[in-house]
Amino acid sequence: MFDHISIQLLLGQLLIGLINGSFYAMLSLGLAIIFGLIHVVNFAHGAQYMLGAFVALLLLNHLGIPYWGALFIAPVVVGAIGYAMERTILKPLRNLDHLYSLLATFAAVLIIEGLMRLEFGSTGLPYASPLPGGINLGFMFLPWYRGWVVVFSLVVCIATWLLIEKTKLGSYLRAANERPEIVESFGINVPLMMSLTYAFGVGLAGLGGVLAAPIYQVSPSMGSNLMIVIFAVVVIGGMGSILGAILTGYLIGIVEGLTKVFYPEASNLAIFVIMIIALILRPNGLFSSPESSR
Amino acid sequence: MTEPLLKIQNLEAWYGESKALHGMSFDVRPGELVTLIGRNGAGKSTTLRSIMGIVPKRTGSILFDGTELTGKRTFQIARTGIAYCPEERAIFSSLNVAENLTLPPVLKAGGIADSELLRQFPNLQRRLKSQGTKLSGGEQQMLAIARILRTGARFLLLDEPSEGLAPVVVKEIGEQIRQLKAQGFTILLVEQNLSFARKVADRHVVVENGVVVDTLTNSELEADMARVKTYLGV
Repeated sequence: MFDHISIQLLLGQLLIGLINGSFYAMLSLGLAIIFGLIHVVNFAHGAQYMLGAFVALLLLNHLGIPYWGALFIAPVVVGAIGYAMERTILKPLRNLDHLYSLLATFAAVLIIEGLMRLEFGSTGLPYASPLPGGINLGFMFLPWYRGWVVVFSLVVCIATWLLIEKTKLGSYLRAANERPEIVESFGINVPLMMSLTYAFGVGLAGLGGVLAAPIYQVSPSMGSNLMIVIFAVVVIGGMGSILGAILTGYLIGIVEGLTKVFYPEASNLAIFVIMIIALILRPNGLFSSPESSR
Repeated sequence: MTEPLLKIQNLEAWYGESKALHGMSFDVRPGELVTLIGRNGAGKSTTLRSIMGIVPKRTGSILFDGTELTGKRTFQIARTGIAYCPEERAIFSSLNVAENLTLPPVLKAGGIADSELLRQFPNLQRRLKSQGTKLSGGEQQMLAIARILRTGARFLLLDEPSEGLAPVVVKEIGEQIRQLKAQGFTILLVEQNLSFARKVADRHVVVENGVVVDTLTNSELEADMARVKTYLGV
């Protein structure tokens, strides 16, 4: 049945899965931070990822700032937009059911995407790769840029995990997730910390957008196309689980890639089949623990 | 007579539409240990939460060391030098004992150093790597008190520290609280356990239906236990 499958094809798809998984991991990481630490189901995450790509494109086209500059500037710009969104739209909804913030961020998606479509149209815009060329691995040709995406996103994911799990700031965030009023009674400005946490998660989405710009076409709908998979990753990993989001992101990317080898028609389906199985066997997600939502 | 460190006047507090405090007025002088006693639901814990700005809505006046607190946010109130230990202890399950202990930042000079805290609460020393919520009730209570002492606050709000603990542990907690008073801390303590309260306090403020109905010194309480037991319904 699978006698047409060569080792080259298998390894090639595995690597492509790893590259896609890098985007899944980074985006679901931001989403998990936002949900896990401030309990907002950030439907706008895909739109914020798209904004990151557009900011990179605009920086290049209008200010002549290349990719390497955009890699730092765009996440800060998108994070600042996220901060403004949190202070104006989400903060008043903090003490209400999560559904309200979900609906508010969904409305933000429609507004942001609509405005971007008005300004830039629906067709994708190209962004030149900052690392042209590549290397022949024997089983596939690996463009340098895609290799960079895998390494860089892995570094960002590990650094973010370490920040949350191993630093004092991370302790504040984790404690505020459990009892914000008690952490505030210790003299910590929790409302500001929550706004900055949202901005950080949104900044990660923006960073993902910059990374994606040279690979995918920069278009207003680029985030929406990805969001359904990202939500599946976060649900499988455990809503709010930082480590779960990272590991599941890579896992889903690889499973998707391998499914393309064995049964290409089912490559998208496979993600959601895994999600259903995970929900049946571990409703809180593969990496959630009983004591903590991390 | 010494000026009060905390002066509360006509304090009212609400949870949504429900009014929990109906005009509380009392004061606490520097170095004093005052208890708020009363039945369940009288408004004792709400008074502490109102001082810390944790209730959704409050009016009246809370004057602390010359600063009006009613317009301030919780984190700003903490920075004036007040520390709060809640009834349910609020030990964070996602942090280990060491992380729980060192979580509150040092806000003012004069906080107790971590090494001194571990000397003062030796049970915590050998459990530093354990998950905070895996400690016994007594150890959790000690951790909850110990961690607020590092901030530099000299005014402590302690909500029912003896609740749900074995008598031997209650005795130990009582001893710790007496030591804190001896170290110069001013303490406002919510307590339902009358025998515990009379062993540690200077004065007792009796709360009923969200107002202060009586104030007694410790000797007055000893002399008229029948009256106090009527208030508490025991």
